[in-house]
Formats: sequence, structure tokens, C-alpha cells
Amino acid sequence: MSKNILISSLLHFILIFITAVSLPFLAKKPLDLPPIISVELIQIAEETNIPYAPKAKKIIEEVKKKEEKVTSEQAPPKKVKKEKPDSVPLPDENLEKVKKIEEKKQNPEKIEDEIKQVSEFEKDDLFDPDSIAALIDKSKEETAETIKKNNKITQSSDKNVDNLSLTLNEEDALKAQIFSCWSIPLGLPYNENLLVRIKLELKPDGTVIRSEIMDHARMNKPGQGFYKVLAESALRAIKLCQPLRVPTKGYERWKNLQLNFDAREMLQG
Amino acid sequence: MINKIKLSLVLLVIAISQSNALIEVDITRGNLDPLPIAVSPLSAEEVTEDNLTKELKEENIGQKISEVVENNLKNSGLFNPLNKDAFLQKPDIAHLKPRFEDWSLIKAQALITGKVTLVNEKLRVEFRLWDVLAGKEMMALAFTTVPSNWRRVGHIITDKVYERLTGEKGYFDTRIIYVAEEGPKTKRIKKLAIMDQDGSNIKYLTLGNELVLTPRFNPTNQMVTYLSYFRNLPRVYLLDIETGIQEVVGDFPGMTFAPRFSPDGKKIIMSFAMDGNSDIYTMDLENRIVERITNHPSIDTSPSYSPDGKFICFNSDRSGYQQIYVMKSDGTSVKRISFGKGLYGTPVWSPRGDLIAFTKLHKGKFYIGVMRNDGSGERLLTENYYQEAPSWSPNGRVLIFYRETKTDSEGKGFSAKLWSIDLTGYNERMVKTESDASDPSWSSLLSN
Repeated sequence: MSKNILISSLLHFILIFITAVSLPFLAKKPLDLPPIISVELIQIAEETNIPYAPKAKKIIEEVKKKEEKVTSEQAPPKKVKKEKPDSVPLPDENLEKVKKIEEKKQNPEKIEDEIKQVSEFEKDDLFDPDSIAALIDKSKEETAETIKKNNKITQSSDKNVDNLSLTLNEEDALKAQIFSCWSIPLGLPYNENLLVRIKLELKPDGTVIRSEIMDHARMNKPGQGFYKVLAESALRAIKLCQPLRVPTKGYERWKNLQLNFDAREMLQG
Repeated sequence: MINKIKLSLVLLVIAISQSNALIEVDITRGNLDPLPIAVSPLSAEEVTEDNLTKELKEENIGQKISEVVENNLKNSGLFNPLNKDAFLQKPDIAHLKPRFEDWSLIKAQALITGKVTLVNEKLRVEFRLWDVLAGKEMMALAFTTVPSNWRRVGHIITDKVYERLTGEKGYFDTRIIYVAEEGPKTKRIKKLAIMDQDGSNIKYLTLGNELVLTPRFNPTNQMVTYLSYFRNLPRVYLLDIETGIQEVVGDFPGMTFAPRFSPDGKKIIMSFAMDGNSDIYTMDLENRIVERITNHPSIDTSPSYSPDGKFICFNSDRSGYQQIYVMKSDGTSVKRISFGKGLYGTPVWSPRGDLIAFTKLHKGKFYIGVMRNDGSGERLLTENYYQEAPSWSPNGRVLIFYRETKTDSEGKGFSAKLWSIDLTGYNERMVKTESDASDPSWSSLLSN
């Protein structure tokens, strides 16, 4: 009997011991937490400013040094044009660009070589995120170019810094606002040209004074009934979004604005 | 002097180019939220109201028509009809000249107003569609009809509004034919039934003595072809909905099934089976000439024409498993288009011509899906325990099909219901029917 009690208590003891040893151990098993991803918040500047890759920076600095050496008189406008692809993409470099242009004006021939070097390098080696928009729309770039050029001839160099386009931040703010207002009519034929261009005249606070559909004639063409539906939806979006989220500064720059509504991406998606 | 002219020319060019310089912003995205729309009840003068109530034994017809419109718009998934309690303006005044500020205050982007009158004992319904944000009228129409037709007027109004705001034809003034089912699963009574697209005005077309299956609308008129049993063999029948006359199609020794009309409504395409082999045949309804389209030892069935009538899609097990094939309407150039895992069946060509809807069975689940007519871009819209037989709305945007539920161990809980889903795959709804229902088929627009 007592033997039985002994065995029983021994077994009980072993059981308690095992529990005491193993359970807390199980409970204490470290939690498998995912690694912490640190995100650095950066103040977003008025002007978009994406830094160069370090290598590229070096090369560009070298190029600039070379340019500084060059001196002479006026240059014909044509040559200035060639240099453009380099200057557009980098809004933060605007001041330097202006300098460069002035310098180049002084010695046309030599500068031309320099410019070629820069632009080739840009195209081949360096992916410049700022230039995407310019690459996509060459015509836009060109008009912007000529204007800038004109400014340089007629106005003081300070004004040249005002780029005749919205910065990425400004554009994104406006786009995001209109995205939320535009209800795309879902019944549109998705293999048609679904681009509606609307010209706007704006007040400084972003309210619309006038809106005009640029391909107005297409609205009443037979078989283009869907275009009217699309154009009206775009106009509704603009009205709904008023006042538009426009930049606080530079009213002259954006008082006339063109919005290109393109439903293809959404409908084909 | 010449220099001066040159200079002025240069300045002119500069000025022009400067004035053209416009900042362009590309808007390539928008939202796909339903459009907020206000459907104001149609107004009616008191005299009209009294007369209409006497004639139809229904009160507030104006409001009821607007409810039909509202319900249609909501079910389309593309519109969000706003709550009437929030409306600030009275219906009759709004119909004359809406105060757009009031309507935009409740976030309406479009507004429907209207008026009901009784002219020479006929119901005249006029309505206007307003663009609230632009502050202008987009459309104004009036319909005259017999008063008992008031629901149809609601559907026609919806079609017009839908087309004006989405750029695509509507599908509301349409009917659906289906098989109404009653009784226990082992002893089902199946009757042909027809109803409006929204589930109202149900009518039964057969008595339920014989089993009926797969009714299909003629796309050009109100004729229906379906399958029924004749001397214990399934046979294809034709039924004229208006007159109620029905007849057997052709005199085949074996069984015929899976009938469907050609897009011009002049032919019936169907399967004919004898000695375990089924092939596809067409029959001209005028001269009753039968033509064999496929000739293959495998089972070819469920044929459906493309809307231009040049191609036929069907399913066949010639590759070993049931898959979807496309061929020219004379039976040449047979090409397999479905290559996904699982079995594919009941292909139906969209009235728009761009897509083919199908039922897919994979790992014990049934899917309703669509693919382009070359087999690319397969998209499964809905998954369930058992569902099949999709049928397109006339604008090719919505599919109606039926879904059965599982029976429990006691053999209870079985039901078959009609469901609709649109091409986005999000807007899935049950279509209400009095009894259980299967095999739906959508008619074309009644008013063209």
C-alpha cells in the first residue's frame, strides 16, 4: 500500500516537475516579430528635388568645371536649343542652367561640344527621373524651352528660374484631386480614342472662370456619341473639384491650364 | 528697315509661341464609384392623380414610376440613387427649373424630374435629365402609353438615362424567360416563366405537365426556343410568346438539345445526338432545311453564334476534356480557345462580340467567367458550389445565371435561384422570383 503511495507520489512529483520545467519554457518562447522597417519622413519642398547618384554628380561637376573655363560672346538661339535636354530635367539646377546658357552665349563653338557631351552622357548613363515627363512629351518640352529662351532674352535672369510647368508635387496634388472627382462612365467602348482635352482659365484661388473642350467638333459627329458622354464626365469632374488645388505661387504660370482626360488606361485595365 | 521687320516678325513668333504655351496635366485615372443621382418623384396634378388611381387601383403612380427607375439604376451598380428624404425641392417645381445649388448640396451629380398626365385616357409621362454641376438640361422626353404599362415607362426612362450617362445602351426594358421550379428535387415540376428584367410581371407559359429546359430568346423578336420531352425524348420546341403557339422543331430520330437562335433569328442552332455521338446542326426556320455543322466522334454541344453570325463557339471533348472551341459558321477552321485547368461549358457569345461567357468546373467548384473570343484574358467573375448557364444582357455588360444550393443530409435546403453579375465582378445580385428558378435567358430590348 505504502509502496503504491510512494510510486504514485513519485510519479506525481515527476509530472509536476516536468510541467514546472517545460511549461514556462514554452510560454517564454520569444515572439517572432517581423523586423522593423524604418521610414524616414522627409519634408517635401516646393520644388521637386531628386538628388543625383554620387557617381553622376562627380561627372557632372567635372563637366561644369570645364564649362566655367569657356568664355566669349553671344550665341545664336539654335545652339541654345540643343543644350536644352540637359537643362530641363533638373529644376533645382535652374540657376546654374541659366549661368551655363549665358556662358555658352559667349562662345558658341566650343560650348556646342561640351553640350553634346553632357546630353549624351545623360541619355546613356544616367536615368534622370525628372526627365520622364519631358521624354514622354517632346512637344511640351519644346514649347517650354522656347519660352524659357525668350525669357532669358527679354527678362531678368531671376524670372527664368520660374519653370513653365508644374513641379511634380504640384502636379500630383492637382491630379490626385481630380482623380477623386472624376467618375469614369463605364460603358465607353474601350478600343476608341478616349482622350478629352479641356482648356481652363483659372482664378488665383483655383476656381474655374472658363472651361473649353478642345475637340468640340467631335462631340456632334455621328458615331462619337460616347465622346460627348466622356467630355461631360470630365467637365463634371472639374466642376465638382472646384476650387482646384493649384500652387499658391506663380499664378501667371498656371492661370491657363490644360487637362487631358484619358480613360483608356482605366477601361482597358 | 529690313532688320526691323525681321525683328518684329521674330517678336511676333515669340508672342504666339508664348501664348500657346500651356501647362498640360494628364488625368489618366478616375474613380469607378457609382454616380450619385437624384430621382425626384414624378409629379401629377390632383385630377390626374384621382383618375389614375381609379383606373389602375394604384396610388401615386408618379412616385412608383420613379421608384422603378431608382431601383433599376441602383441594381446596375453604376449609379447611387440618393435618399428622397434629403430632397429640398418639390417635384413639380424641380421639373420646371431645378435649384441646382440645392441638388449639388446633397451631392447629386445628375437629377431626374418628371410629370405624369392623363391625356385622352392615355398615360403621358415626361421626364428631364439634368446635369446638376453644369446647371443644364441633358435630355427631355415624353412617352404616351396605356396606363397599365406604367412600369415599362419606368424601364424605358432608365434606358434613356443610362445611355445618356454611360455612353452605352441600357438593358432595362427587357424580359427574362426562365424555368420556374417547384416541388421536391426528385419530383420537380418545371414550367416556363417570363418576367420583366427587375422580377415583376411574372407569367407562366406552360402548365408543368412536361419537363422544360433551356429556354432561349430570339434576339430579334418575342419568339422562344426551348427543350421539352416528347415521347420521353428531349426535343427542341418553338414558342411564340404573343400567341402561345408552340411546335416541335424538325423531325429527328434521336434527341435534340441545347437550342439557340442565330443573331438574325432565322435559324436555330442545336445539338443532335444519336448512338452516343452528338454533333451540331442548324435548321432554317423558313424552309426547315437542316444542315450538319460538325462531324466528329466526340460530343459537340452548346453552340452559340457570334453577333455577326460569322462564327460559332461550342464545347467539345475532342481533346479528352470538355473545352471551348470556335469555328466558322460553316464548320471549318475549328480552333480550341480554352486552355485553363478544369472543364469548360455553356459558352455564350456576348452581344457586343468581344467576349465569350462560360461555366467552368475546377476542383469541385463552379465558376462563371468570361474570356475574349480568341481565348485570351480569361476572367472568373464568381465562384460557388453549383452555378451555370450564363446569359448576356442585350448590351453585353451583365450576365444572368442560376445557382443551386447544397442539400443537407436530410435532403432539405435545396434551392435554385437566378443571380446576375456585371463584368466588373463586383455587382452580384439575386434576382427575385416567386419560386425556384433556373436556365434564365435575357431578351433583347423591347423598344428599339
